[in-house]
This record gives sequence, structure tokens and C-alpha cells, in this order.
Amino acid sequence: MATEPKVEKFDSAVLRGRHSYDTVTDKIASIVLTRNQPRAWIFGAAIAFSLLMLFLYTAAMVVAKGIGIWGNNVPVAWALDIINFVWWIGIGHAGTLISAILLLLKQDWRTSINRFAEAMTLFAVACAGMFPLLHLGRVWVFYWLMPYPNTFALWPQFRSPLVWDVFAVSTYALVSLMFWFVGLIPDLATLRDRAQNRAAQIFYGVLAMGWSGSARHWSRYETAYMILAALSTPLVLSVHSVVSFDFAVSVLPGWHTTVFPPYFVAGAVFAGFAMVLTLAIPLRKIYGLQDLITMKHLDNMAKVMLATGLIVIYGYAMEGFMAWYSGSPNERFMMYNRLFGPYGYTYWLLLLCNFVAVQFLWSPRIRRSTLGLFIVAMFVNVGMWLERFVIIVTSLSRDFLPSSWAQYHPTFWDTGLFIGSIGLFLTLMFVFIRLLPMISIFEMRDLVHKTGGGSPRESAENKRK
Amino acid sequence: MGCDCAGMMTRREMIQRLVTGATGSLLVWTFPALAAEGEDPRDRPLYAYAVDTTRCIGCCACMRACRAENDVPDGCFRTWIERYRVRANGEVLVDVAAGDDHVFEEDPVPDTVKAFFVPKLCNHCEKSVCSQVCPVGATYETPEGVVLVDQKRCIGCGYCVQACPYGTRFIHPTKHYADKCTLCYHRISRGELPACVLACPKGVRIFGDLHDPESRLSTMLKQRRYRVLKPEMGTHPKCYYLDLDFEVV
Repeated sequence: MATEPKVEKFDSAVLRGRHSYDTVTDKIASIVLTRNQPRAWIFGAAIAFSLLMLFLYTAAMVVAKGIGIWGNNVPVAWALDIINFVWWIGIGHAGTLISAILLLLKQDWRTSINRFAEAMTLFAVACAGMFPLLHLGRVWVFYWLMPYPNTFALWPQFRSPLVWDVFAVSTYALVSLMFWFVGLIPDLATLRDRAQNRAAQIFYGVLAMGWSGSARHWSRYETAYMILAALSTPLVLSVHSVVSFDFAVSVLPGWHTTVFPPYFVAGAVFAGFAMVLTLAIPLRKIYGLQDLITMKHLDNMAKVMLATGLIVIYGYAMEGFMAWYSGSPNERFMMYNRLFGPYGYTYWLLLLCNFVAVQFLWSPRIRRSTLGLFIVAMFVNVGMWLERFVIIVTSLSRDFLPSSWAQYHPTFWDTGLFIGSIGLFLTLMFVFIRLLPMISIFEMRDLVHKTGGGSPRESAENKRK
Repeated sequence: MGCDCAGMMTRREMIQRLVTGATGSLLVWTFPALAAEGEDPRDRPLYAYAVDTTRCIGCCACMRACRAENDVPDGCFRTWIERYRVRANGEVLVDVAAGDDHVFEEDPVPDTVKAFFVPKLCNHCEKSVCSQVCPVGATYETPEGVVLVDQKRCIGCGYCVQACPYGTRFIHPTKHYADKCTLCYHRISRGELPACVLACPKGVRIFGDLHDPESRLSTMLKQRRYRVLKPEMGTHPKCYYLDLDFEVV
């Protein structure tokens, strides 16, 4: 494991050190093909697995006993279930943005972070998908949300944003999965060829689908990858726009606003990059990947966070302005309630996390300090969860009808399911790190070529070393 | 090699048919009555509801009758009564008789200058938000204008509960579907009155057919001042409040 200096020197390289094709392949493949894993992996996986058990337990109880065991009430009939759904789906935005949009924009700095960001996307969408299912009073009939041939001529109601959600999220999950898997195929073949163990050879061999690296395979690969990138790009924008329609289409104060789609998409990218940083910073330290995930990557991600964070702050400002400008007493009360109501502290905390903390990213010193960035990213993770809490619980708890106002108090089953879903996400991440290359090997080799390394002589020199 | 064109449509015939079809569609679209096969929607009843807010005494007999008639679970309401108390400084206090016995607590508020009761229930909106957001179409409107929930079809997602601007819906705690006032559809389809209307000792609740100009409801709406709740929402509620104070939301 490489040692990291206390303060890393910043340079604008997307690949540090003298690397050849061999060294980058060795570096990434060895993480997967080595029997032993670092202690941090074992420790982290154990915690994640324990939390996954909590998730399974709480989910089973919700299905068995019904959603009445949650703290939801009338008027707060949606609470942690939908907060968690929106939070996770937001986190699931960065991967596809990094992979697809930055690919189309020919940004080299995407190369060493795209793979695990895509994996993060998939796992976040998997966690997100759990909550709309579990929040159904009768989860066993969830398939009624989908159009399927039946003798009763029953059909989903396509005017409902919930049905739009089903299509938006499932399309996004499917395209992201295809994009991720297609991108993995050349690397799976590399692992198949390098694996010493028979079981690993079969495992990677089956997944590599007969990849031989021929010119024809590469040509097909490039075409498929570009098509999937083009398909994914509009989905990055559409998914969270559709999720925001769940709220914007309702007539409730605090929900019924046209700013939601762009504000939600920006928030999703903001949250997604925060989670990529939260994962990337420890990973590069634990596996000694500072040469491949350089400070340039972290700096660029911090800049994207800052830009999207400013759009989110603009969204908050517009919500306040429109509440005043609308002249509607309901809207004005909604804003007053957010600031000074019983849940007012959550709004102030949200501003601390998403407004104040993000301003530190103007400073290059913070952007280029791993600890500083990690702290800001953690603030944003919390802040984005609080944002959904404010939109959902604060708005609902004091709706149109003062006589039915009620406070929401989460029970063990609400919080258990939320914390458990983090366990599900982390378990999937740990399994991914163990079994699949977290950085794209062949794209790094391409980067070595572009940055002038990788000549056969250099490779031979590196091998001798 | 010849082609057997017998029975095939000529180009001229095809154009004639297309033009005829397009003209017919345009006519039906312009004058929908042409497509209605002579059925006048006014032949059917259009049920609605009025609440005379000046008469309610807050006895909550309607709430108890509703519970008994419809097996409403504890802590949930298909109909309820709100008590409004306006203080000298303009502050408005609102509460409901939420206990199991449905009795308002004696809770004197100093400086009260005005107090009154307002019964609430599903407004059976003409353009109901709840039926728009239901993902499976479990919420629907009957030909008589009553908004109902198909309890077997409902998946319990709770979207309608959030969407209703009148707060009239809840998720049934044991059966897990969305529930609300049905205007006692099982009773009115037999020609009987809803349970709450029967139980009210002061005749606050008035149920009737808007298509019948002689019905008590139609007469009241001609003679009295009324308004609906939240007209700005565009839901076109069919629950009319007679002489409603402006404090009521």
C-alpha cells in the first residue's frame, strides 16, 4: 500500500508518476486478483453487512406488518420512505453524468473515476428502488404500476406522476446497467487472462462474453458505448425531473412550483458528486491509487459540486422569493414554517450544510486537501438528505388544514430501514471493489498512451524495476 | 406477371374515405353531442352536498354516525367538525374533536370574539386531484358525480392522501388502502340519505341532486350565499358552504 504525503502536491496531471501499460494494469487488476484484502476492506464490509441485515429485518417487518409501524400519519403520509427514495436517486446521478456526459464532452479526467461512479449509480438506484416499493400499503401488488396484459383490462393511470416515475427510474436503471456492463467487458477479459485461479477464470470468462480484443470487437464496442452514452445523457436530466414532478404536480404549498425540475437535477448532481468524493477519497488512500485518482480529479469534482451547489442555493432563494411574490398566504406560511416552525432547525442545518459549507470550495486550498474535501462532501450528503426532509415532512406537517396539522416522529422501523439501506449500498460497493476493477483498466492504458507513456521500452524498464 | 387487383381500393376511393373520415372526426370533435347517442347527462342525478355553517352546534353526531355506518377505524375520519375561534387580535384557533368519543374539549380561550363550527368531508370534486395522481386508477368518479376508491385496486401508495387539498383521505391502518367519504354510496344508491345527514339534529348537512331543480339542495343554492373551499385550486368541489366565514380554509 502506497503512503500518501500529509499534504499532496497539486499538479494538473490526470495520471501521475511514470506509468506504462503494464503498471496500470497490474495496479488495478491486483486489487481484484489478490486473495487478501486490506483490513479496512474487511472491517468496512463487516459493518456494511451488519447494516444490510438491519435493512432486511426492517423491510421484512414492514411487509409483514404494514406501513403502520412507521411514524407516518395524516397529514404526513409520506416521510422517510420518500425522502430516502429521492436522496438515493439523487446520489445515483453522478455516475452516469461522469461516464456519459463527460465522455461525449471528451473530458479525460473522467477516466479513473467513471467505473466506480457508475457502480455507485447502480447501487444507489437499487437502494432508491426499494423505498417506493416498500412505501406501498400493499407491496405485493406493485406490478399494477406497470402496464401488463390482463383479462380485466386494467391499466396504469398515465396521468399520475408515480407512473412516470416507474418508467423513468426503471429506464435509467436499465440503461445505466447496460452502460456499466458494456464498459466492463474489455476489463473482464483482462482479468480472465490474468487470473491464476480456475474459478476466477471461469467467472471472468463467462462475463467477458468471448472478448478477444480484435479490431472488430473494438469497433463494435466503441459504437455500442457511444450509443449508450447518447442514450444515458438525456436520462440524467429526465430522471430527477420526473421525480420532482411527484411534488411539483401536486397542489400543496412548498411542492407546487415550476423551479423543481432544474433545481432537483442540479441537486442530484451535487449530491452525486459529494458521494463520489466520499467514496473516492478513502479508496485512493486504502488502495494507494493516488497516481490514478489524482488531485486534479478531486479538484474538478469539487468545482462541479460548487457550481451545482450554487444552482441549488439559487433554487432555495427562488422558493423564498416566489412564496413572497405569489401573494398566497399558504405559500408565505409555508416559508415562514420552514424557517421558524417546529422543524425550523432542519432548514437552518440544511443551509449550513448546502450553503455555508460549500462556500469553502471557492478556496483552492480546501479543494486540494483530501480531508477538507471529505468534510465538505459529508456536509453535502447530510444537507441533501435534509433538503428532502424539509420539502416533504416540513411541508406536509403543516398543510392547508390547520385542524389536521401533526408532527412526524420516526420510529425504529423508519430509521432502521434508512440506515439499513446505507448498509445495502455499502455492501454492494464492497463486493464490487472485491470482484471487479474499480478503475477502467483499458481506458487508463489509453490515458497512458495519450500522456506519452507506455512505450515498450518504458514498460521493460518498469518491469526491471 | 399480372397483379390481381380485384377488390382492392383505388387511389380515388382511398382519398374519398380519408376525407370523409377526417370530416366526421372534426364534426364529432367540434360538436361532442353528436357522439353521445342522444343520452342527456342531465337525465342522471348529480349528487352534491351543502353545509349550512350557521346552524352547526358541534355535537359531532355526524362523526359518530359515519363511524358506525362505515366502520371507520379509530383515529381516522371520513368527516369531521372543525371549531374556529377568533381572538380579538385576529388570531384564529382551529381544533377538532379528535378523541374516540368525538366531543370537543372545554378549553376556553380568552378574548374570543367569534366562534363557530364547520363540518368537513370529501368535496367530491369535478376535477379531483386525487383521481389524477392515483397511479393505478383506483380512484374514480361515478356517473352520479361521487368520487370513490376501488378498495381492491388501490395499492396504498398514499399519493392521493398527499394530493387532496382538503385533507379528506387516509390510509386504512389495517386494510392498507386509501379511504374517504363515499357520500354513503351504498345508501344513496338505494334512495336513502347519507348517515351524517340523517344524524344531524340541526339539518346542517344537505344532500341532494343538482340536476333536480326542485331538490332542497338546488333551492338552497338559489336562495343562499355560498362558497366552496379553495376555489383557486381549480378542483371544482361539489360541497357548498352556506354563509361561510372568510377565516375558514
